[in-house]
Amino acid sequence: MPKPRDIGAVLNRRAFFQGSLALGGGMLLSGMIPGLPGAQADTGGVFNPNAFIRIDRSGGITLIMRHAEMGQGIYTGIAMLIAEELEVDLEQVVLEAAPADPSRYTDSAAGEEVTGGSASTRDSWLPLRQAGAAARIMLVAAAAARWNVLPKSCAAQHGQIIHVLTGRTLSYGDLAEEAALQKVPEKIILKDPSTFRLIGTSPQRLDTKPKSNGTAIFGMDVRVPGMKIGRIMASPVQGGRLISYDSVAVRAIAGVVDIITLPDVIAVIGDHSWAAIKGLEAANPQWDPGPHAAVSTKILMDDLRRASDRTGLVAKNTGDVDAALAACSHQIDAVYELPFLAHAALEPINTTLHIRPDGADVWVGTQVPVRARQEVANATGLPPEKIAIHNHVIGGGFGRRLDSGSIGQAARLAKQISYPVKLFWTREEDIQQDQFRPFYYDRISAGLNKQRRIAAWKHRTTGSYVTTRWAPEGLQNGLDTDTVDGATETPYAIPAQRNESVQCEPEGLTTLWWRGVGPTHNIFVVEGMIDELAHLAETDPLDFRRSMLGHSPRGLKVLNEAASKSGWGTPLPAGHGRGIALHYSFQTWAATVLEVRVTRDNDIRLIWADTAVDCGPIVFPDAIKAQIQGGLIFGLTMALYNEITVTNGRVDQSNFHDYRMMRINEAPDIRVHLVPDLSADIGGIGEVGTVAAAPALANAIFAATGRRLRRIPFVPQIAGKST
Amino acid sequence: MKYFLLFFAVIMAISARSAQAQTDLIEQGKTLFRAADCAACHLSSDGQTLSGGKAFSLPFGTVYAVNITPDRETGIGAYTDEQWLRMMRTGVDRNERHLYPVMPYTSYTFLNDADTLAIKAYLFTLKPVQAKAPENRLPFPFNQRWVMTFWNWFNNPNRRMTTDPHRTPEWNRGAYLVEALGHCDQCHTPRNFMFGLSGKAYAGTVQVGWRAYNLTSDTEHGLGGWSDSELFEYLSTGYAPHRGPASGPMAEAIKNSLRYLPAEDIRAMIVYLRSIPARSNGPQRGKRVPGASGENEDVGRHIFQQACMGCHLENGAGRQSDWGALEGAHSLSDPAATNIIAVLRTGTSIKTEHGKMAMPSFTKAYTPQELTAISEYLLDHFGGIQAPIKPESFKN
Amino acid sequence: MITIRVNNESHQLDVTDDMPLLWVLRDILGLTGTKYGCGVAQCGACTIHIDGIPARACQLPVSLIGDRHITTIEAIGNTKEGARIQAAWLQNQVIQCGYCQSGQIMAATALLRDNPNPTDDDIDDAMSGNICRCGTYVRIREAIHQAANNA
Repeated sequence: MPKPRDIGAVLNRRAFFQGSLALGGGMLLSGMIPGLPGAQADTGGVFNPNAFIRIDRSGGITLIMRHAEMGQGIYTGIAMLIAEELEVDLEQVVLEAAPADPSRYTDSAAGEEVTGGSASTRDSWLPLRQAGAAARIMLVAAAAARWNVLPKSCAAQHGQIIHVLTGRTLSYGDLAEEAALQKVPEKIILKDPSTFRLIGTSPQRLDTKPKSNGTAIFGMDVRVPGMKIGRIMASPVQGGRLISYDSVAVRAIAGVVDIITLPDVIAVIGDHSWAAIKGLEAANPQWDPGPHAAVSTKILMDDLRRASDRTGLVAKNTGDVDAALAACSHQIDAVYELPFLAHAALEPINTTLHIRPDGADVWVGTQVPVRARQEVANATGLPPEKIAIHNHVIGGGFGRRLDSGSIGQAARLAKQISYPVKLFWTREEDIQQDQFRPFYYDRISAGLNKQRRIAAWKHRTTGSYVTTRWAPEGLQNGLDTDTVDGATETPYAIPAQRNESVQCEPEGLTTLWWRGVGPTHNIFVVEGMIDELAHLAETDPLDFRRSMLGHSPRGLKVLNEAASKSGWGTPLPAGHGRGIALHYSFQTWAATVLEVRVTRDNDIRLIWADTAVDCGPIVFPDAIKAQIQGGLIFGLTMALYNEITVTNGRVDQSNFHDYRMMRINEAPDIRVHLVPDLSADIGGIGEVGTVAAAPALANAIFAATGRRLRRIPFVPQIAGKST
Repeated sequence: MKYFLLFFAVIMAISARSAQAQTDLIEQGKTLFRAADCAACHLSSDGQTLSGGKAFSLPFGTVYAVNITPDRETGIGAYTDEQWLRMMRTGVDRNERHLYPVMPYTSYTFLNDADTLAIKAYLFTLKPVQAKAPENRLPFPFNQRWVMTFWNWFNNPNRRMTTDPHRTPEWNRGAYLVEALGHCDQCHTPRNFMFGLSGKAYAGTVQVGWRAYNLTSDTEHGLGGWSDSELFEYLSTGYAPHRGPASGPMAEAIKNSLRYLPAEDIRAMIVYLRSIPARSNGPQRGKRVPGASGENEDVGRHIFQQACMGCHLENGAGRQSDWGALEGAHSLSDPAATNIIAVLRTGTSIKTEHGKMAMPSFTKAYTPQELTAISEYLLDHFGGIQAPIKPESFKN
Repeated sequence: MITIRVNNESHQLDVTDDMPLLWVLRDILGLTGTKYGCGVAQCGACTIHIDGIPARACQLPVSLIGDRHITTIEAIGNTKEGARIQAAWLQNQVIQCGYCQSGQIMAATALLRDNPNPTDDDIDDAMSGNICRCGTYVRIREAIHQAANNA
């Protein structure tokens, strides 16, 4: 079993358990081709060979998307995989979001119907091509039967079957009814990559036209007949209770329809959002802050610091690290700190629900539709199969929609009323009630031997275990492997290494996955420390890394590519500096060189970035470039500006005037260079760009100023300090 | 029986009349309460009740606004009319304790009996809220309230306003509104060494971090250059074309007080303000400072584009509404940038007939250096002056 | 009753004076292409045109519009510059999650109308009020240049 590297791996472990349980239940085949129906049901003339393809008699070809589209381009990528083997053009297909249905849409690698961990393409690469191929084989068989010829004399292309000898054609629609009666093929041979028409090209994305003219329907945009709109506010301190509110003042607001509450939540419902917004302001809810009223960032950090003195769970132990350290001629002991972070997706949390005595409809953008459905079932007592989850394109996920708690909250409110309602959080609520990327407090000691090579490496991370709450069965002997992902398996040859992890949960805050998960945390520490050691060894940071990459040829390749494309080593103007970072995350190799300029006033200007990527086989090159560009900006935003702080149990930040987002006039030019190893396993891409941002930036600032930054965010630390 | 009915009808008529009188009194009290802008200080932090609690950091310590709801224990519910008049005029409360002159009794002392008691009558109709104000934090000797006795000798006129027969009724009404009810001088007149009002009436000064401008007829610093219609619009809505929007405490005065005043009252105030003798007092326009950092200017411009242009537009004309129209605002040519700093630090909000117009504080997202850069950019871009601002202005 | 003109259609509205145009568009007229992102004019997701000038609908009380003409993302493609920007957006594959892009397109269209050949600095000046959390800025710059070149 490969080393777990990401949350996909956390999920993987669950899948292993669930797969074992399902062994006797005839699920194995659907493990090969997920969502394959066990038996042919009465299809009513519709060809529905598996859970991902539906072809009707009129020729309509619908592809069903089990992964959520949140900007990463997965709808197009997966459509390409299916269409490649199904032999249809992208212009011929219509896409549809999958419902919540674990029997058909469980991601066999992840063990759940989930979008996350940069795993969607990886987990679809084989099975969804197989799904397309299986359907094609059945369509060919149907045509061959109709013509009474051998299937191998027929070819599929552009949505029709051709009898090669005679040139006769039948469209897929013509064949739908008969194809549905064909046997599901047992043996599927996939196309040779040299014959790919779609895979490896960059077609127009399938989700973006409606996003360019205002017609795309995000969860926030759902409108159903008879729907009212409500604004939610929860206790600003976790664990608090609603004591009172001014219902007279609320009712005085034009358009207010209802006030509904939970012990820790109030929602005002109106004919429109404005009534709900003003109604909740007028409600002036009073809260008993509860047991966490005294929590502050300082208290939470003191907790972490104290916890980091403990010995943690050992995640890796090679060689005798203490002896090796003692023998080192030079040593660095450092503490790296990464703050709590909000996701701040631009679409605030929202759920539209219609809960009836006999069932429910839920319209929402979610990365976890089955969990969403279970939340509603738990809240209402309805059986899950009576609850329909209609998944929508998501206005930015970044991990936030991996949690379904807000959907449960909405269901507990909506079940108190009989009409459909859209319940939304304001931007302020979205930031203050977010589930935050954990604060990590990392102690690291490393030393050089006389040859100025790394001889010992000891890294202890302390922070929240998201897995404990989110997927406890994914823990490995109590260890949340995400907390050490990127720390245990570095690209470098290090003879003696120990990694430890200490769990420390923040009082009064809930934590969650955040773009780049473990690697975003650990690569900052590892690549910062490597840079520190290079400086200690008086070696160029690029050469220092190269010298330790004997076992990582792909790592060396991306490192060299990024370095040469960036002009590494060529002279720079005063105040400029280049920083480099290399990592292997989500089964992808990537190296980034970032050039910055730090002004006399210590204003940091990002000049440009070069990222070289080897993610194995490439499905949609332009989407890879887009994800690297966007991911880097996401990570640079965090590294420069972001930190969630707490005072008296309340989050201090609330909107973009105090939780800063990078703007276009701060964004660097970003060039992406693809150097794929097509024979390697396919890698993930959605979070790869984010991972390298903070270490490349910290290293570039060091190169420009000589100042080493070990704590995120950087801007507040260096502003105003003379260099 | 007939007599009885007649008697009953008379009683009813009398009580109806007195009930009507009571309603009128309360209505009048409410109008006066607004004109006197009691809410400016006594509104609770959630803006819902008059239970006080707001802190005032003064040169000599911190004083908290008290609860003026009719709660008997923590509010004003136990005041008799006599005690009330004395408190409002001499600054001595019903427990014989001296108030600190944050409470503008040196202005309210000009109010007549009827008006003073009407305010009380209105306050007594509010829902009592139990809320004890925090203890003031004052060092010795300021924590000795009896010291105020001497202060009052020098600083409290302790007299009612009388009509000036040489002036028009409108002027007299304006004087009553400006001096007694509006207590405009409490912010706009420089204080003396005792924290009393100095002789430089309405010459403008900095209070609680904001510059209250010169209200005299001086053409450069005061209102001499303003037209009547500009003043009217500014006072009743918080904005006049090419004068910028009211912000900070002035926006609050408009929100809680001035926008409720009838047009004739605003006009009367303008008549009175016009009669205040000119005093040439105000921030000297900055001079061009050679060698100002070009890079910093760039930072300021960049941040303006990111965070400010959404409401203000590059030319300061205001994007969505006039209340975002900065152009022409006095504060943009104050080389000390007092109000620019204050508004960036604390934000501001004003209520208008089109809803609330608000600007948040920007100190959590931007560093003191960046806020300095943006202040300098604003001064340069809109005020045409280059003046160095200290980053310390943005540190707590 | 307030009357406003949106995308060449007149609408009679029974709403309060302080209601921001954003909610009128989204909840009353059903024009959900204009997005709610922050409500305080910091993100630009709700950018519309008022007589051709970009404005933040979340901070624009409906009673201040008067007889000025509102154009939203749903109709911007009917303008020469809007159509060019939309085409360039698709051709450069600018869009990721898309939630901010209505606002970006509205801001870019206004820029192109005022300045047919914007430089990188002009683009930064005009577009810095619009947040993109997905980080599509590099491609926004490219797409605006392309739209300008396709004039």
